[in-house]
Amino acid sequence: MTAPISRDDVAHVARLARLTLTDDELDTFTSQLASILDHAADVEALDLDDVAPTSHPYPLENVVRPDEVRPCLDRDEVLAEAPSAEDGMFRVPPVLGEAP
Amino acid sequence: MTATTASDQGGAFTELPSGYRLVVGLEVHVELHTATKLFCGCPNQFGDDPNTNVCPVCLGLPGSMPVLNAQAMELAMRLGRALHCEVRPSVFARKNYFYPDMPKDYQVSQYDQPTNVDGHLDLPDGTRIGIERAHIEEDTGKSTHVGGGGRIHDAAYSLVDYNRCGVPLVEIVSRPDFRTAEQAKAYVNELRAILVATGVSDAKMEEGSLRVDANVSVHQPDTPFGTRCEIKNINSVRSLGRAIEYEALRQVDLLEAGERVIQQTRHWNEDEGRTHMLRSKEEAEDYRYFPEPDLVPMVPDPARIEAIDAALPRLPAERRAALAEAAGRTLPDESVTIVVDRGLDELALDAVAAGADADRTLTHLQHDLDPDHAANVPAAHLAQLVELETSGALTASQAKQVVAEMGETGKAPEAIAAERGFEAMDTSELEGIVDEAIAANGEAWEKYCAGEQKAQGAIVGHVMKATRGQADGKLVSQLLEQRRSA
Repeated sequence: MTAPISRDDVAHVARLARLTLTDDELDTFTSQLASILDHAADVEALDLDDVAPTSHPYPLENVVRPDEVRPCLDRDEVLAEAPSAEDGMFRVPPVLGEAP
Repeated sequence: MTATTASDQGGAFTELPSGYRLVVGLEVHVELHTATKLFCGCPNQFGDDPNTNVCPVCLGLPGSMPVLNAQAMELAMRLGRALHCEVRPSVFARKNYFYPDMPKDYQVSQYDQPTNVDGHLDLPDGTRIGIERAHIEEDTGKSTHVGGGGRIHDAAYSLVDYNRCGVPLVEIVSRPDFRTAEQAKAYVNELRAILVATGVSDAKMEEGSLRVDANVSVHQPDTPFGTRCEIKNINSVRSLGRAIEYEALRQVDLLEAGERVIQQTRHWNEDEGRTHMLRSKEEAEDYRYFPEPDLVPMVPDPARIEAIDAALPRLPAERRAALAEAAGRTLPDESVTIVVDRGLDELALDAVAAGADADRTLTHLQHDLDPDHAANVPAAHLAQLVELETSGALTASQAKQVVAEMGETGKAPEAIAAERGFEAMDTSELEGIVDEAIAANGEAWEKYCAGEQKAQGAIVGHVMKATRGQADGKLVSQLLEQRRSA
């Protein structure tokens, strides 16, 4: 059986998650993620044709709240928690490129 | 740069150089008209002081949990039904990316199981545009780039306001069914009318509650569609048309120069009238969507869908069709479209039902009656006015003035006509005045008789002055014509 996940895959996922991994860490996580995927493969081996994909474990649907305004947080309190603020706004490092 | 529309057996298309055809699909984001945000009780309110409408949920603070807004669900389903979509069970998903306007580092959206699928919207000219899906998602915050003239790449830092973060949106994704920029503009106008009529959104492009992205490509007939570019930052319906036409010609130029179109996102610059590249899409986006574990599926109750259908107001397309039929037209024309846009179609239908001539009725409702004054004008009054005009008791220009005053005062047309001294002028009386006018404008008359049509202006002006504007201009022209050919 081929490896369920390659070192390149792990490097790619790490980059998407903005994680900097050392070579040793890449090896460690590649083997750890492979064993998780192996476990998923065990489940995949079962005959599940009659089982619908499950996005949620609980038999709940349409959990909603009424469209009523609730109190918001105090702005000064919120911004006091931010690393940097200016003019009532969060100040963040320069952004490269536009939002997706 | 002009793009004209033409017709061939395949229908209208934009004429591009070298026989290329235009293909456009639109993605429209609309903010739902709710009191609160999608997953928390913060006000959904435009224009408040920055970061005053925020809470742990929309700030993405650890431990906070989203709960779906019942009204957002209702409005999304209502929009789906208004667009003739199938409303299906849906699942929220996390779209993962890093950007400061999204403090959770993911946007809650819908992915493989959207709420609304497979609908359509009919344009006023009868073109049917397919709707692939209309799914629910949350809006993002608003960034202001500081330094470097406000441009992203040169900015020293950015300031973020999260008031808009978490506001409920529906993204309406059309099929690539547009063949002209005009169709795309008509679609946005029509969609806006539907959103307002159904109360789903206030749909104000200038406030950002309706935002349009255009996927534009070109190809030669009988070949597969070309590579598309997505155009963002389109701030008005007019810009949409300009951006599509610019982008289409840019792609044709590339292809004609032997180059290829690279799939990318481009930014429309309104001042420069051009698009420029934001980022290439060659490296496929990888948002690692997965089901949002903190939200349960939305499963529409069939009884609820029936109730939504029953409560839908009559939509513009249906209203146009009804008015066109009542006015004896096989298809809605411009006058029908404008009268429906002005919200005066009920009045038109009632007046026509009361016996008014349809063309005259539509003309007045298209031009002469202020829609804000419509409540002052019962259909019976409008029908009486049109009858006065049809019988010749009022000239067209007199009828126009009377309609405007009916709107302002609510008075009956006969009363207004009497007050203004509008009386049917006896034709023989008018003939006398026309003869006087000819005598007084001998030079103009000679030119007119010599075939200089516009020379009649001086004579008609004389008649109008003598009759204090009450003469029927058309009739005066006829009388002059009779005398010339006599």
